[in-house]
Amino acid sequence: MSALVDTLRTTAEEALGLLERGDVSAAELHAAYLDAIGERDGELHAYLRTADYDGASGIPIALKDVISTKGLGTTAGSKILEHYVPVFDATVAARCRESGLSVLGKTNTDEFAMGSSTENSAFGPSRNPWDPSRVPGGSGGGTASAVSAGLAPWGLGSDTGGSIKQPSALCGNVGLRPTYGTVSRYGIVAFASSLDQVGPVAKTVRDTALLYRIVSGRDPSDSTTVELPEAVELPTADRLDGLRVGVPRQAMALEAIEPGVRAAFEHVLRLAEELGARVSECELPISYDYGMPCYYLIAPAEASSNLARYDGVRYGLRSEGETYRAMVERTRDDGFGDEPKRRIMLGTYALSAGYYDAYYGQAQRVRTLLVREHAAAFEDVEVIATPTSPTVAFPIGDKAADPLAMYACDLLTIPSCLAGLPGLSVPCGFSEGLPVGLQLLAPQFGENTLFRAGHALEQALDLDLVPERLR
Amino acid sequence: MAITREQVLHVAQLARLELGEAELERLTGELGAILDAVSKVAELDLADVPPTSHPLAVVNAWAEDEPHASLPLEDVVRNAPAVEGGLFRVPPTT
Repeated sequence: MSALVDTLRTTAEEALGLLERGDVSAAELHAAYLDAIGERDGELHAYLRTADYDGASGIPIALKDVISTKGLGTTAGSKILEHYVPVFDATVAARCRESGLSVLGKTNTDEFAMGSSTENSAFGPSRNPWDPSRVPGGSGGGTASAVSAGLAPWGLGSDTGGSIKQPSALCGNVGLRPTYGTVSRYGIVAFASSLDQVGPVAKTVRDTALLYRIVSGRDPSDSTTVELPEAVELPTADRLDGLRVGVPRQAMALEAIEPGVRAAFEHVLRLAEELGARVSECELPISYDYGMPCYYLIAPAEASSNLARYDGVRYGLRSEGETYRAMVERTRDDGFGDEPKRRIMLGTYALSAGYYDAYYGQAQRVRTLLVREHAAAFEDVEVIATPTSPTVAFPIGDKAADPLAMYACDLLTIPSCLAGLPGLSVPCGFSEGLPVGLQLLAPQFGENTLFRAGHALEQALDLDLVPERLR
Repeated sequence: MAITREQVLHVAQLARLELGEAELERLTGELGAILDAVSKVAELDLADVPPTSHPLAVVNAWAEDEPHASLPLEDVVRNAPAVEGGLFRVPPTT
C-alpha cells in the first residue's frame, strides 16, 4: 500500500479532495495506483496494459479496452486487434482527459465485449478480487475487478446487455448503464449499435454520478447522442419518502435466482420501505421469457454487421492468402475467438435471405413489446427493482463450455437494455461471502432518480465493500 | 430447430470465415442449440406490432455541412498490414 493514499478505500471524490487540499499531487496519485497494480494485478489480470503519468492535473481512471485511446493500444480483448494503436481518442476518453483525468490503463474484457465472465478475452480471464478462483463478471470484468481491488478509483465500461451492471454486481461496485444516446460511442469498438452504451463504474453512487456528468451529453461525432434534459445531480438525501418502487412479479418467480441473492434483495426492499419508499409488485410479462431470445437475435445480427470491418485490409491482423478472399477468410478465422465467431454465424444466419423475417424481424417486434411493457409499468412506479444478477460470482470454467448457460447470466439485465432504459447496480449485501447487486431501473433520462435512490440505500446499508481477503 | 452442416458452411461463406473441419462440426451443434432457444420468439403473434430498430425517438440528426480537417494520410495507414504509395495493399482478387 502507498503511504500517501489507501487505494482500496479511497473514493474518487475523496481522491479529488486530497488533490485539492494539496495532500498529494496528481503524479503521486497515479503512482500510488500503479503501485497497487504492480502489487495485485499479477493475480487479478484486470489490466491489459497500463499507462505512465502524462502530466494530467486530476485523479486517475481505468478505461475498458474497447475505448479508443490515442497512442495507447486498444484490443477489445481480441487477437485480431492485438497490435492496434488508435490514432484518435474516443470522445469519452477525450472528455476524461479534458476534465484532467489521468488514464491509468486499459482493462480486460470479453472479446468484443461478448460474454459475462471475461473468460472470452483472447488474453486470458480477469479474476474476482473477493475470490480469485471466481469470475469478475463480464464483459467489463477488468474495470470491475480493478475498482474493487483498489487498482483504480473509478473506470468506464461499455454495456450491451449487462456488461457494466453485471460485473459491478459480482465485484461489489456501483455501475451505471445510462439511457441509450446520452453518452457518445464515437471511438468505441462497436458490438451491437442499437444497444451499446458507455457508462461509469465506481465505489459509490456519488462517484458514479460525477463520472456520468463528465462523459454524458451530445457529441457531434455520434449522431445517436442527445443533450441531457436535466443536469446530473450529485445525490445527498438519505430518505426515499414517497418513492414508488415496483418489483416485477415475473422476475421474482425465476428459479434461476439463488436463495442468497433473493434474501439480500428482499432485505434491501425492506430497508427501502423503512426509508419511506412504497414497494409494490409490477408486471413485466414478456421481459423474462422473451428478452433473452430477442437479445440473442438482435445483438448477434448487429455484431455480424459491425465485425465485417475486420478484413485484414486497413488495420488489425492479416493472415496470408493467395487471393483477396482467401486472405480475408483466413484473417477472420485466425483473428476471432470462439464467441465472436458464434455470434457472427448466428447473426449472419438470422439476417440471411429466407430467415430475416422469422428471426431478426420477429425479434424487433418483440423489442417493441418490451418497450411498451416497461412504459406501462412506469405509469405506476418511478423505479423498478430486481437483483442485477441471478447468481453471485461463479467459478472460472463453470459456464465456459455452455454458451446458453453463459447467456443466462444476463437474464435480468437484458430487457431494460432492449428498451433503452438506464439501470444502476448498487451493492445490496452478500451471499456466500460474495457481493450481491441490486438493479434499479428508471424511464429514459431517469438517471437522477436512480442516483437518489441508490445513494439513500447505499448510505443505509453502509456495507464494507473492500474484499475481505484484501482488508 | 436443427441447422445442417451444409447451412453452417453456407453461412460461414457469407460471413467470410474459413472454418476448419472440427470448428464446423462444433458450430453446427452449438448453433442448433442456440437457435432452438431463440426460436421462442416465434411463439408470439406479432403481425400487428411494428418493429423497433432503435430505442430513442431521434430522427434526422444532421451534422452541419462544415468542412473540417480529416486525419493525415500517415495516420490513416499507420495500422495497416501492408501499404504501398499511401494505398492499402491487398492480394489479387483472383
